[in-house]
Amino acid sequence: MAGYTVDTPRVGFFTDTSVCIGCKACEVACKEWNKVPADNQGYLGSSYDNSGELGSERWRHVAFIEQKLPVGVEDGAPDDLVAEAARQSLVEQGLDPKTDEDGFRWLMSSDVCKHCTEAGCLDACPTGSLFRTEFGTVVVQEDICNGCGYCVVSCPFGVLDQREEDGRVWKCTLCYDRLQGDMEPACAQACPTDSIQFGELDELRERAAERVELLHERGRGEARLYGEDPEDGVGGFGAFFLLLDEPETYRLPPDPVVPTRQAGTVWLSALAAAGTMAVGIAASFLGRRD
Amino acid sequence: MSPREKTLVPREEPTTYYGRPIVKPPVWKPEIPFYFFFGGLAGGSAVLAATATFAGRPGLARRAWGGAFVGVTVSPLLLIKDLGKPSRFLNMLRVFKVTSPMNIGAWLLLANGGATSLAAGLNLLNEERRGGAPEVLAAALGAPLATYTAALVTHSAIPAWSEARVEMPFVFAASATASAAGAAILTVPADEAQPARRLGIAAAIAEEATTIVLRKRLGPLAEAYEQGTAGKFGKAARALTIAGALAFAVGDDAFHPDHRRSSIGRLTRSKDERRRAKRRNALSLAGGTLLLAGSVCKRWSVFKAGFQSAEDPTQVIQTQFSS
Repeated sequence: MAGYTVDTPRVGFFTDTSVCIGCKACEVACKEWNKVPADNQGYLGSSYDNSGELGSERWRHVAFIEQKLPVGVEDGAPDDLVAEAARQSLVEQGLDPKTDEDGFRWLMSSDVCKHCTEAGCLDACPTGSLFRTEFGTVVVQEDICNGCGYCVVSCPFGVLDQREEDGRVWKCTLCYDRLQGDMEPACAQACPTDSIQFGELDELRERAAERVELLHERGRGEARLYGEDPEDGVGGFGAFFLLLDEPETYRLPPDPVVPTRQAGTVWLSALAAAGTMAVGIAASFLGRRD
Repeated sequence: MSPREKTLVPREEPTTYYGRPIVKPPVWKPEIPFYFFFGGLAGGSAVLAATATFAGRPGLARRAWGGAFVGVTVSPLLLIKDLGKPSRFLNMLRVFKVTSPMNIGAWLLLANGGATSLAAGLNLLNEERRGGAPEVLAAALGAPLATYTAALVTHSAIPAWSEARVEMPFVFAASATASAAGAAILTVPADEAQPARRLGIAAAIAEEATTIVLRKRLGPLAEAYEQGTAGKFGKAARALTIAGALAFAVGDDAFHPDHRRSSIGRLTRSKDERRRAKRRNALSLAGGTLLLAGSVCKRWSVFKAGFQSAEDPTQVIQTQFSS
């Protein structure tokens, strides 16, 4: 498996969604720096998310989730449920101002390639176009990519996609060129709230652990880290997250596993089937000849 | 992932992000399911042809080698068509990469193509040939060529493909064998058709059986194979394959023991014998065509199921919750 074995410190992102304000500066900075072509120009009807998803033309994507929480769920049941429900109805109709306790919540999160320790795309790539850089990141070499699309179905996060005009696959490089110039990636630099933090992965993990602990102390029990654990199904993300709800709410797989971990079963079964087929065909020649 | 500390929003159905997919559907074009079919045809035919060569059935061997050669010739053309230009196929040959089924497959196709072409050429040139290293090699590389395409799809993040990783190669093997038998029957003289006819029937039964097991074991994920376009192709594959096997069975000499000894071309045959032989031939041709069509539909069904599974985020979520 193409795990991480380089000696230089591995870098990555810690995306702390609890301070994301949905400004999309990361999306814009990424597009500008990496000269990523324009894509969807319309309205998608999904809150402020009109860019849809990560893909060949979008290497950072900000998700917007509008949630209405059950009454008083954060602080236990209120004294008068009926009065509370009536007030919430007024709030919904815009007749009463919202307050923090109204049970409305707006989640925002900037998604990106996870630069997995065990990267499904890298393992699947038949040309060697996808490779592990000296920074521990996963990058596509466009002059070698043959557009076979195998990485597209091998990514548990649906990050990679084919660009229509040239048939090749494009994704976040974690600003490989900027890293080589000792600069931080464009999205991290543009982020006004430090929701996107760039740095050495070990340090980011420590920082994230402190952050989630702090949030728990402040009563935000729903805060959880996603992808920081090297024991998970992809050996830990190079770009991990602090989320305020289940991963699937943000369109993230709850427990992703790199397809390569099943390779043993996959090949054993293919060989067993091949053997069975050969035996079956030979058997059809047995018996009396007509 | 960290343990789930607290769930704020109670829910029964898994929450999705506006119902949008989590994994990407394949970007593969229609060439790919046809490639699965032709690769299977090539692999199955190579094994059938090699066995026939060694068993001393030159008539069947030559036809089956023909089928294998067509398979290994068309396959790379389909891949190149999907990739866009020939040089992109060559990019896969700059490395040998065991973690990539796609890379292994490119090498397998290349090696099998060489061995099959050589064996086919030798058998076409020399009718007396009784087999040798090229035949063994073509068969040994042919069988995995027919099943690796199953590994190609199951070695992926798409739930309905990945979770079928044990059963899928057996479905592909059966479908490939059915297509090889079907193709051979179309051209082989009736007196040498017996193994191919038996094989067609056995492969059809195996295909049905393995498909049933696959769907059962997939549980709710089997929806991807049962609904929409995949479901339509699946039903068509089943109908065509069963019909093809029935045509073989009815036309099979074994079911008409009194005519077991008859052979086409003998001048002394009775009128009745000739009529039966003609009917048998018509049934064989029909059966072969049906099996080939069934095999194409089978691959399309699997291909489309991958799209349908990828487009349904709940398949990803349910799979990962239950594992």
